[in-house]
Amino acid sequence: MGTELGKYKLCVSARSTDKDILKKAQDGGIVTQLFKFALEEGIIDGAIVAGQGDEPWRPRPFIATTVEELMTTPGTRYNISPQVSWIKEATRSYGLDKVGIVGTPCQMQAVRKGQLYPVGLRDVDDKIALAIGIFCMENFPYQSIKQLVEDHAGMKLESVKKMDIGKGKFWVYGARGQVVQLPLKVTHKYEQPGCHVCLDYVSNLADVSTGSVGSPDGWSTVFVRTRKGDDIWSKAIGAGCFETKPIEQVKPGLEMVSKLANEKITKNQKTVEERAKFGVNKALRNPYIKP
Amino acid sequence: MAEKITVGHVHMSGCTGCLVSLADNAEGLLTILDKYADLVYGLTLADVRHIPKMDVALVEGSVCIQDKISVQEIKETREKAAVVVAVGGCACYGNITRFGRGGQPNQPQHESYLPVGDLIKVDVYIPGCAPCPQLIRNVCVMAYLLLKGTKDQQELAKKYLAPLMQLAERGTEACGCDLMYDVVNQGLCIGCGSCAAACPVRAITHEYGKPNVNREMCIKCGACYAQCPRSFFNFDVVTEFEAISDLIAGALK
Repeated sequence: MGTELGKYKLCVSARSTDKDILKKAQDGGIVTQLFKFALEEGIIDGAIVAGQGDEPWRPRPFIATTVEELMTTPGTRYNISPQVSWIKEATRSYGLDKVGIVGTPCQMQAVRKGQLYPVGLRDVDDKIALAIGIFCMENFPYQSIKQLVEDHAGMKLESVKKMDIGKGKFWVYGARGQVVQLPLKVTHKYEQPGCHVCLDYVSNLADVSTGSVGSPDGWSTVFVRTRKGDDIWSKAIGAGCFETKPIEQVKPGLEMVSKLANEKITKNQKTVEERAKFGVNKALRNPYIKP
Repeated sequence: MAEKITVGHVHMSGCTGCLVSLADNAEGLLTILDKYADLVYGLTLADVRHIPKMDVALVEGSVCIQDKISVQEIKETREKAAVVVAVGGCACYGNITRFGRGGQPNQPQHESYLPVGDLIKVDVYIPGCAPCPQLIRNVCVMAYLLLKGTKDQQELAKKYLAPLMQLAERGTEACGCDLMYDVVNQGLCIGCGSCAAACPVRAITHEYGKPNVNREMCIKCGACYAQCPRSFFNFDVVTEFEAISDLIAGALK
């Protein structure tokens, strides 16, 4: 295992000790529980989470400043919520001094770039109190999710209870108990194209990153990466927010996370290289070289 | 204490908002002036008539080519300064002065405003309107490390400044359209929303998960594209965000 998992101080398998959170959560309820704890302790005074948008299963960035508001948002939507678009507004309209934000690896990259190169993010850099990153293989535009659920799975979006990607399949759970699984082969072509040059699977730049991969059902794998992340995580553990198991003792464990991370990075690195000779002596732009 | 660098603020056709942004670093600015930089030139701030020799020139505003003194001064700036930094949208890209066509009282014939880079070579860009105080601060600290730091610090400063130097090489035109041309059309957009957050005039919304720029509102400051994680993303620097943030905070103590 090398650089594919990023820098981290600690890795465990964990789940929330709050029954209510677990009931609504995608897996171990890590994001919701950690934000809840941080809100209650005043470590953050609001969090940019993915709230409910105008259409069913369409997320939009939502600033939760209370636990009640936060509790309306658990779960994964598998389509894009422009989380970073609210990062300056959170410190202005909402007057937050300590901002929490949850996002995908690319959104964590955007946050950290924004802290080091704040071109249009006045007075934001020192107000990011807790950035939680999720594991992400790729994301989907809303229209793609609609197409997958309504055309391929034959269900109305409004009657879907849960979506999940796991065990090599895209799962759609209906409100009446029906379950449709689509092979990932079907979903691949609907992925957001921008994801195909992404070289981060486990949110290397978050304070704390989490995802289901590596842990048993109902649990999440957690990486604690930064000083801030470590501080908050250890306080949360001290307060009894999480049940944890050493990652070495769970199946499928860290090896699985590493395997998927390497798969993503290798595949996308290849895409980056192919873009360099995409046309006839004409390259597509590579953001990792220059603007 | 190590030797300080010399810095000047050169005021072309701008609104002084960039200078205010520099000043908005408050105590941070005092620390910079105390420890790292002597202000050797600056309208209202330094009692110096002619542009002196200096390490770093922070240029604000675009250049009115009908104004002989501006043209002469910007050329002189290039001669006298080791490093020229275009601070703010006007100096980098023209920004709202791109919409100028003369006719204003007193000097109605002053109608053509060019980004600094159209007349002289610019080394570093700090886009945005107004540019962010913290980015100006970071560039000042890095410029100091580049000129006076240890070998390691110089290496870091070079890496940090590289994308801002590449932005300067990239050209003198910016627009919300860049998000389409160089990000969405290139298959690179990830819909994160950085552009919308950075836009000072709230011209950017998201449609189909991608930015939608209201071009009537866009002032051509260049903030959206520069803020986008898919305009540039330098792993060697951003991955070290914790250490670099510590370094900058430490430098300003």
